[in-house]
Amino acid sequence: MSGHDSKYFSTTKKGEIPELKEELNSQYKDKRKDAVKKSQPDLAILAVNTFVKDSQDPNPLIRALAVRTMGCIRVDKITEYLCDPLQRCLKDDDPYVRKTAAICVAKLYDINAELVEDRGFLEALKDLISDNNPMVVANAVAALAEIQENSSSPIFEITGNTLSKLLTALNECTEWGQVFILDALSKYKAADAREAENIVERVTPRLQHANCAVVLSAVKMILQQMELITSTDVVRNLCKKMAPPLVTLLSAEPEIQYVALRNINLIVQRRPTILAHEIKVFFCKYNDPIYVKMEKLEIMIKLASDRNIDQVLLEFKEYATEVDVDFVRKAVRAIGRCAIKLERAAERCISVLLELIKIKVNYVVQEAIIVIKDIFRRYPNTYESIIATLCESLDTLDEPEAKASMIWIIGEYAERIDNADELLESFLESFPEEPAQVQLQLLTATVKLFLKKPTEGPQQMIQVVLNNATVETDNPDLRDRAYIYWRLLSTDPEAAKDVVLAEKPVISDDSNQLDPSLLDELLSNIATLSSVYHKPPEAFVTRVKTTQKTEEEDYPDGGETGYSESPSHAVDSAASPPATSSSAPHAAARQPVPVTPAPVPDLLGDLIGLDNDNSGNGAIVSVDQPTVPSGPPLPVVLAASTGQGLQISAQLVRRDGQIFYSLLFENNSQIPLDGFMIQFNKNTFGVAAAGPLQVPQLLPGTSASTLLPMVLFQNIAPGPPNTLLQVAVKNNQQPVWYFNDKVSLLVFFSEDGRMERSAFLETWKSLPDSNEVSKDFPGIVVNSVEATLDLLAASNMFFIAKRKHANQDVLYLSAKIPRGIPFLIELTAVIGIPGLKCAIKSPSPEMAPLFFEALENLLKS
Amino acid sequence: MAGAASALFLLDIKGRVLVWRDYRGDVSSVQAEKFFTKLIEKEGDQGSQDPVAYDNGVTYMFVQHNNVYLMTASRQNCNAASLLLFLHRVVDVFKHYFEELEEESLRDNFVVVYELLDEMMDFGYPQYTEAKILSEFIKTDAYRMEVTQRPPMAVTNAVSWRSEGIRYNKNEVFLDVVESVNILVNSNGQIIRSDVVGALKMRTYLSGMPECKLGLNDRVLLEAQGRTTKGKAIDLDDIKFHQCVRLARFENDRTIAFVPPDGSFDLMTYRLSTQVKPLIWVEAQIERHSRSRMEITVKARSQFKERSTATNVEIEFPVPSDATNPNVRTSMGSASYAPEKDALIWKIKSFPGGKEYMLRAEFTLPSITDEEAPPERKAPIRVKFEIPYFTVSGIQVRYLKIIEKSGYQALPWVRYITMAGEYELRLA
Repeated sequence: MSGHDSKYFSTTKKGEIPELKEELNSQYKDKRKDAVKKSQPDLAILAVNTFVKDSQDPNPLIRALAVRTMGCIRVDKITEYLCDPLQRCLKDDDPYVRKTAAICVAKLYDINAELVEDRGFLEALKDLISDNNPMVVANAVAALAEIQENSSSPIFEITGNTLSKLLTALNECTEWGQVFILDALSKYKAADAREAENIVERVTPRLQHANCAVVLSAVKMILQQMELITSTDVVRNLCKKMAPPLVTLLSAEPEIQYVALRNINLIVQRRPTILAHEIKVFFCKYNDPIYVKMEKLEIMIKLASDRNIDQVLLEFKEYATEVDVDFVRKAVRAIGRCAIKLERAAERCISVLLELIKIKVNYVVQEAIIVIKDIFRRYPNTYESIIATLCESLDTLDEPEAKASMIWIIGEYAERIDNADELLESFLESFPEEPAQVQLQLLTATVKLFLKKPTEGPQQMIQVVLNNATVETDNPDLRDRAYIYWRLLSTDPEAAKDVVLAEKPVISDDSNQLDPSLLDELLSNIATLSSVYHKPPEAFVTRVKTTQKTEEEDYPDGGETGYSESPSHAVDSAASPPATSSSAPHAAARQPVPVTPAPVPDLLGDLIGLDNDNSGNGAIVSVDQPTVPSGPPLPVVLAASTGQGLQISAQLVRRDGQIFYSLLFENNSQIPLDGFMIQFNKNTFGVAAAGPLQVPQLLPGTSASTLLPMVLFQNIAPGPPNTLLQVAVKNNQQPVWYFNDKVSLLVFFSEDGRMERSAFLETWKSLPDSNEVSKDFPGIVVNSVEATLDLLAASNMFFIAKRKHANQDVLYLSAKIPRGIPFLIELTAVIGIPGLKCAIKSPSPEMAPLFFEALENLLKS
Repeated sequence: MAGAASALFLLDIKGRVLVWRDYRGDVSSVQAEKFFTKLIEKEGDQGSQDPVAYDNGVTYMFVQHNNVYLMTASRQNCNAASLLLFLHRVVDVFKHYFEELEEESLRDNFVVVYELLDEMMDFGYPQYTEAKILSEFIKTDAYRMEVTQRPPMAVTNAVSWRSEGIRYNKNEVFLDVVESVNILVNSNGQIIRSDVVGALKMRTYLSGMPECKLGLNDRVLLEAQGRTTKGKAIDLDDIKFHQCVRLARFENDRTIAFVPPDGSFDLMTYRLSTQVKPLIWVEAQIERHSRSRMEITVKARSQFKERSTATNVEIEFPVPSDATNPNVRTSMGSASYAPEKDALIWKIKSFPGGKEYMLRAEFTLPSITDEEAPPERKAPIRVKFEIPYFTVSGIQVRYLKIIEKSGYQALPWVRYITMAGEYELRLA
């Protein structure tokens, strides 16, 4: 081997390892690893021999390459053979080999933790912490930290001894190594204030490092230790030391700035003094990317104080006249939040908002009204004089939240607005069309108006509203609220007053909105994703053990751990506007949302040779799946004779607008069957499972049925449309069963397929004649037009018109398949006489054969 | 806390995978598509997307360079700052190897790209990103038959940025002190932000393993030494050093000591947030005579000492995007209308201190405007300039000592220059 090392460094000829590596890494060959792992065990053994040999090569590069690569072969059986080479490499003379071997232990632990523990690798790894080479130390720390993360028993505990070793290595290892060490050390709890001070003293020089990640990790560590330090002088001094490096992070690349800003957001919540005098560095620059501007705005709100508010308001005003709509809205909201936060500045904030309203840019006005509503809630009976100005913009409001806010203001201050009844009345005309949010506010505001001014006008209005909100609506929230008001008003108007006009709790500043314990956790995670998301790690980390992809337990249900960003605010009585916190909806919307259902494991990966990964196709699986209705028996797709006693009957069905695969499993074998999984091959409509198959264990002689929710357009087969659906089902006891099913086009016809007559005509005309396909069905008899239409309507083919042509009846119908493709259908028949002619016109005429087939099956039965 | 990247992807501008390196086997190449769908979800301008995106258990972090996206996919709570910075370093390494990082250069160099990705990151942990040293043992030349017997010592050394055995006939060091002035002036003419970001840019051509010591007129150091120098001492707000500088030593006695990398690098950067007088002040008056004619008067004044001269001054003045028929006169330099930037660009080759120049321009505007139209983007006036032999901070290199065991004499050359960084004056 050593004779031709050169080929590792040439492109034309490659040695075994690069070839294997190439194969392992290639993005083009999807079966790459499995090819080595499963179907060609010989090759894997061959590879092992090569690795063992290479791990003793005189060239340290080759030794390291061997140990690095073998950690990537995730085959349990083979790992055994790799232990000896790894053991050797951990004690290699060359630090380059040792640092690679250190990481390899973590790789091995990921594959087989027991093996690592049994073979004493953990001890070997811990020994490397005392290695004389700082790079080896750093990698050993990274490996140990990862192993600790995945283990419940204490493996890597930092003692005073290791601490001092690591702090020494910190001075000498590469920038990335420094990050590993600092991250690991930030978990260390100092015994007392003195030790904490000592640690901090040795870490502070890192603040001068050019690498931003080193700086942030050092900040994390200092903040952790600061919690223990009692001397206020030391703390003050440290705060002073941390400020400049934090500010300098804002000169880094925008992506780094973003991470820094998300972290600074947390830091100023815990230690507001650090950057109290630096608000100017957060002023937005013209060319800042929008995501940086948004974060800067957040921090400006947090740092705003009576001292700097004038300057801050000037900035916000400037931003509110920019062009990016989201940013402008956020700037307007920021003004409102400052008003709520700083009582003494509220008046100035309001005057800025009024100036902005005067510019009459639609979305600025709407946003301003939303925040002014919050300001009214915060400072009742203080700024109502501006209501008249607000009312001027009434007509321009078209966003639900702004409308609802304005209506709330009118209702709340009905006694001071002379023409409150007229204003509300103008909204009433469109009551049925309004969004629910606005309807609720209208209802409440009208009731308030009536209670405050029980005159004839409001009385009429209230009747209209109550009628609309009870009889005409199908929104249960609205209806319930309306009934409550109705009952209150009719039984005891005084009680109604007490309830509806009750004093509302005052809302407060929400700019430091994180819960202290959460904030603690996030601060201990500075620089990591957790601090970027402002969520604890368990909210988004779904640990997937790679070697055991087929075990369902490895997919923890991340869906339920969603974290609400701002604690709920004092809930207003039923009469309040829905949003009490102006920022919450926006803040929440900007968060990455980890509340997605657990991914569907790609269990049958290579079962049918599909190369798509089904996991996380984004479809939402309804939690309470409809029970299987008793209908006509399902067609048998897998007979018990071929399925070793397992019989499967299945059919695609449509229920409530969703497509399901209705399945019936019957176990006629002698053994219990469990662990059922299903996979669909590529097909014309791209039908695929939206969730895992849920079939309980089947004891011999029992059966189970299920409705599997399906999604469309997941794995579309190219080529002309056909009805073939290839399915594979497996369980833990039997081989994989493959069967073919037929898809009926009817299940795709959607409930919204009804067309207006005029639209029908227009579409018919707009489509070229070449899109018309017709077929005769000599065997079909139409005995009754009504019965036929009912039958068709049940399959979402909607009747449009009928005409007589000689003795023939001509029926026109419409239907629609997903992606909005319409089918225009013309049926011609003589009642009672066999023979039906069907012509269809559609933008997708290639679907016609499928349609005819489905129609024939439907009308024949 | 431990967290590593699962895979690194290099994607083309349409989101197709050019190269991907799977480090942990817990993600698949499908991730690239998922990432890109996520990216274009926020329709319109892709540049507005946060660099960190989450989808279904996987976090994507990315940076864009030319027509290439560099993206990591991760399932753990990894160090975001470190990984994003790592991506930028990967860009630097590729640029060192292929001159420019773009789709073409990646396609042409698959093998080297894989080798580099293997060396720079292991199991998702950043390992080594010194381009210069990497190129000593990972070579692009396909026909080179020379055998590398071991990785350069530097890879695992405490001095990981310099290889041993470098030799030059003439030992020289070039030190450029470059200060960028960032300024933000609001529409009332108030300076709301002003800072100076300085960098000591070094180019070293030194043999062996030289120990360097740099002396600045740093107030803290001078006071500690109980010395008063003739010139003024300065306070530097936040100093950041290249990894070659011994930080613990600096913390102890403010000595800047280091073994420099070979070639060019930024030895240190610093920031000064003291209010400085804007070096070039620009005032503008905009008059709209009637609906369809606009007249702009711009005054530019240099506010530094007369013995200095600003060169390559460029003032970018925004004009409405629908302005036409420019008619421009200047008292110095030349001005041209750049419709692609919606701006008037006034260039003055040489602008001595204490002078004032004028520009007058007239534009025709369409007489009909859309009342409902959203407000136009309000771009600021932007200024670029360079002032050689001058620093705002007054920083001075007092000495640069170079000691190497062979005892050669090296020549240090020092230059000073000040230039405009983000120099913005908002318009009323």
